[in-house]
Amino acid sequence: MTTLRDILSQGVQMCLVLLLAPLLTGFVRKVKARLLRRRGPPLMQPYRDLIRLMRKDVVLADNASWLFRVIPYLMFAGTWVAASLVPTFGNGLLFSWSADLIAIIALLGSARFFQALAGMDVGTAFGGIGSSREVMIASLAEPAMLITVFSVAMIAGSTQLSNVAEFMGSDAVGLRVSLGMAFVALTIVALAENARIPVDNPATHLELTMVHEAMVLEYSGRHLALIDLSSQLKLLLYVSLIACVFLPWGTAAADAGVVRLGLGALLYLGKLVVLGFLLAVFETSIAKMRVFRIPEFLGAALMLALLATLLRFVSGSL
Amino acid sequence: MSSLQFDIAHLLAGSLVLASFMMLYQDRLYALLNVYALHAGVLALSVAWQAYVQHAPHLYVTALIALVFKAIIIPVALHRIIRQLGIHREIENVIGVGLTMMAGIGLVALSMVVMLRVTPGADALAREDLAFALSVLLLGLLIMVTRRNAVSQVVGFMSLENGLVLAATGAKGMPLVVEISVAFSVLIAFIVIGIFLFRIRERFDSVDVQELDRFRGERR
Amino acid sequence: MIAVALWSVAALLALAPAGVVLSARPRGSFILYGGCLIATSTLCVTALSDLLYFPYLTPTATLPIGLPWLGAHFRLDALSAFFLVVVNLGGAAASLFALGYGQHEDSPGRVLPFYPAYLAAMNVVVLANDAFSFLVAWEFMSLTSWAMVVSHHREAENVRAGYVYLLMASFGTLALLLAFGLLASRAGYDFDAIRASHPSAALAGMVVILVLLGAGSKAGLVPLHAWLPLAHPAAPSHVSGLMSGVMTKVAVYGFVRIVFDLLPEPVWWWSVVVLLVGGPTATLGVLYALMQRDIKRVLAYSTIENIGIIFTGLGLALAFKAQGLDWVAALAFTAALLHVFNHALFKSLLFFGAGAVLEVTGERDMEKLGGLIHRMPKTAFAVLVGCVAISALPPFNGFVSEWLTFQAILLSPQLPNWGLKLIIPAVGGLLALAAAFAAACFVKLYGISFLGRPRSDVAASAHETDRFSLAAMFALAALCLVAGILPGLFIDALAPVSKAMVGNVMPHQTGLEWLTIVPIAESRSSYNGLLVFLFAALSGMAAASAIHRLASDRLRRAPAWDCGYPDPSPAIQYSASSFSQPIRRVFGSVILAAREIGEMPPPLSPAPARLTVDMRDLIWDALYAPIAKVISVATERINTLQFLTIRRYLTLVFAALVVLLLVVAL
Repeated sequence: MTTLRDILSQGVQMCLVLLLAPLLTGFVRKVKARLLRRRGPPLMQPYRDLIRLMRKDVVLADNASWLFRVIPYLMFAGTWVAASLVPTFGNGLLFSWSADLIAIIALLGSARFFQALAGMDVGTAFGGIGSSREVMIASLAEPAMLITVFSVAMIAGSTQLSNVAEFMGSDAVGLRVSLGMAFVALTIVALAENARIPVDNPATHLELTMVHEAMVLEYSGRHLALIDLSSQLKLLLYVSLIACVFLPWGTAAADAGVVRLGLGALLYLGKLVVLGFLLAVFETSIAKMRVFRIPEFLGAALMLALLATLLRFVSGSL
Repeated sequence: MSSLQFDIAHLLAGSLVLASFMMLYQDRLYALLNVYALHAGVLALSVAWQAYVQHAPHLYVTALIALVFKAIIIPVALHRIIRQLGIHREIENVIGVGLTMMAGIGLVALSMVVMLRVTPGADALAREDLAFALSVLLLGLLIMVTRRNAVSQVVGFMSLENGLVLAATGAKGMPLVVEISVAFSVLIAFIVIGIFLFRIRERFDSVDVQELDRFRGERR
Repeated sequence: MIAVALWSVAALLALAPAGVVLSARPRGSFILYGGCLIATSTLCVTALSDLLYFPYLTPTATLPIGLPWLGAHFRLDALSAFFLVVVNLGGAAASLFALGYGQHEDSPGRVLPFYPAYLAAMNVVVLANDAFSFLVAWEFMSLTSWAMVVSHHREAENVRAGYVYLLMASFGTLALLLAFGLLASRAGYDFDAIRASHPSAALAGMVVILVLLGAGSKAGLVPLHAWLPLAHPAAPSHVSGLMSGVMTKVAVYGFVRIVFDLLPEPVWWWSVVVLLVGGPTATLGVLYALMQRDIKRVLAYSTIENIGIIFTGLGLALAFKAQGLDWVAALAFTAALLHVFNHALFKSLLFFGAGAVLEVTGERDMEKLGGLIHRMPKTAFAVLVGCVAISALPPFNGFVSEWLTFQAILLSPQLPNWGLKLIIPAVGGLLALAAAFAAACFVKLYGISFLGRPRSDVAASAHETDRFSLAAMFALAALCLVAGILPGLFIDALAPVSKAMVGNVMPHQTGLEWLTIVPIAESRSSYNGLLVFLFAALSGMAAASAIHRLASDRLRRAPAWDCGYPDPSPAIQYSASSFSQPIRRVFGSVILAAREIGEMPPPLSPAPARLTVDMRDLIWDALYAPIAKVISVATERINTLQFLTIRRYLTLVFAALVVLLLVVAL
């Protein structure tokens, strides 16, 4: 009986992240538009975009290789698997033990690796600029993320997300400076990883500052739809990760009943709304940085994460 | 002391270290002053919390001094000085921000190792406070060493002094007399450095302390 | 078991003189590499069955060669068996690759005789059970590989590489000789006797430093790495693969054998030294790799990175073992050995891929390649697997060993020592940085040379390589995947080695459901490569079929869009140097003293604008250049000794004799 419940819960989770991801993006866009006193596109617009893109023909550059056509599926698969392993409404995910937090980050790293390759496949100048900058950002964001994971894992005594979430929800945590620093570091990394505003502008085109858009410039039709969906999934993943580690209240325990699960789902939606709103406010209140200012921004995250780990030793030794 | 009280003290002291790091990261003078005000504000909060926890009312006075002088009067005064003197508002670093931050992390690690090794018997809060205080102190020195601009050196010096206050309050408070005299000495230092600033400015049209070296023929 | 192994080594040695004869024959290289393939496969299977079925037996053999009163001792314990597997798996793959690749060798007489001897020497190092055989085989390994490094001796660069290599190899052997001298002063040369003796702590510490210098110079630890990126690319590609993938592992074997086996219980500061060398080696190696534009040199520098990761694992094992936490030490040690195995796989694979590219295009410079995925699709696929694996990305094998290393790092708060507590997270940060750089580096390598449009005519007219080379590459690629999705099998196979070296083992893995790996406890961390792989494959395929069926599967070709500015010239593409420019600007300005000098001609002048990038290896400037200078000054002084009269020479000899007699007398 429990296995059936677990399989169901895992399946619901996989579908839930897939269905919610465009909604979260639409919500952030809507809030941003309202903050700028525009009406903005309707909440459902990302779904419509995806469906429309999927129905269109793919226009492939003449010298694109087979790899270029496979990469959208690889990226989507990697991101989807990663996103379905982060606890959202409940902790008892059937396959949560198949990848811990480090493995989830590495899965996203795989997706990024292939995306950077895709940018270079057609052999255009824009693709190269995007890939080259993407790996530069990643070369700082990934270590910052890993060290953040170190500090969180040292506090929780586990890199297994379900266990981390359970520990964070318990009373044993208390207020910790290192947790606060890890939170800030994780937020900075999340902004960079999702190509959000101070680092990259998700809504820009034809600017020398673009990074993510430059890599996917040659994609069209269903391929572009998959890539868009993966980046929406990635945003949802990071928001859920922050919610699960730093706002663990209300996440249903592994053996919870249907009512608790439903409550967990409601609370999860609430967290998404709050965090998405904060993201929109942050993005409207700050300007995009020069490319070579980004290393300092991410370097600050790296330092914060290191500092958090160090402080963890102090409070851990007492 | 309950664990919540301890956690809050820990949080505040840690935030002070964090504020020191924010000062290291700034490359605009006004931003630096704002962060300094934040630094002093956090210090005031931290001291006030200690006063509450240790039931030591005289520490409230210390906190008040920190708040009034360091978090309000001095930053406002420095703002005015910068505006009046028309000082160039970008801070010139001797070495890059990244390296400075790395050095800062190294210093924090160093102060933790030193403090935790030499004070094994002391009470947990005092140990931790001392480790944080030493970090703040060393970071203050680092700010002074890595900045060329005299105003930022002043700020570095005062953040260093904040570290001293933190250390003193952690060690079960210090007598009010000492505290007041320290506060006054800082004020005097501030005045002296302020006059000094005016003088450099008058003579060299800049507050870059390199000008002084150049004047004495010591540049490189 | 050991008899089979020794006979196979003897067969390899016998092939060496045969190589002289065979190199003149048209099918000679085919026969020779075929023979090597059979011998190394035999050795590999023997060692593997020993590791799997009789890991706790340690057969020994003594042959009446070498020093007359000592003989040559050989021993096959679990550690030797594991490294034999690595050496001979790499050897077999290289021989298979060379069945095709070796046909194109310009001067087979300069490679064929040395190749089997080189394989034999590496095997003997791993099997040796006394210091004399160990050192002789070690030096033999250096010399035979040196001979192959200078096989293309008409390029001045290769000769210089050979010269630097020979110098560093001699230095390494000297350090090892001194280390064994210290150990043997009380016990003699036999390893069994050394194991039984109990050297003092100071002596053991000196031995550790010397071994780190000796084995580290062979493995390429910073700052002793300078020869490696020169020598490894200079050799023919299958030998480059062996040198990078296998010989550096023999150096790791030397370190493990002496430090973990021959010496008594470790002291904590040993691990500090190893960690402080290993972490920076990993980061610096890959940062250098990122700046290169020669494919084989990128791979050589990335070897330095991986050696850094391996030594970090070994340093962690030493740290935990010194503090009595041998269950964590077993984790770190297993991670290091697993990385030894993994790196041998993917580095050989990548060097073979570079060899295949070199063979059909004649180019090692990435700036002249591009678009090879269209013309060499199979090679491109195998190399892609290698690139993903070496970038430590799931579900391939490189990720598993790095993940285990990170798990060991996460246990560092358990250590009582303050210094170590703070050093280990810092080293973890360096490893994380190295992993991210590695991904950037291999995006660059693959993206510039295999993707995009061809940058030269040779790249445009490339064709697929031969079937033996492809077989070797695909075999290695398949092993990379298997080791990535079924790591539990490999961890369990390493248990006897870890038992013998650090005294404990990781929890048994194969019994767990779904073949998950659990390094410590399930509540702490677990990883299941198989499930991740299956999940990703299934969801990718499900998405593809759903979209094709429900939405659209039409596709049409058109010119590239490129934001409306497409340019037909391939020079418009990002080049290798421009790809690494952002990282060079962020990290390189300090670490590599990188400077960009732009020359803009004055307006109306027809002269082209130029951008030159100047980078220096600061370690070379700070360490090697002064030493070279001192030596050259000193030799110039001593040079006068060459022009003396016979009477003066006799005086010198006489004086030396008298001084020696005086020393003896006093």
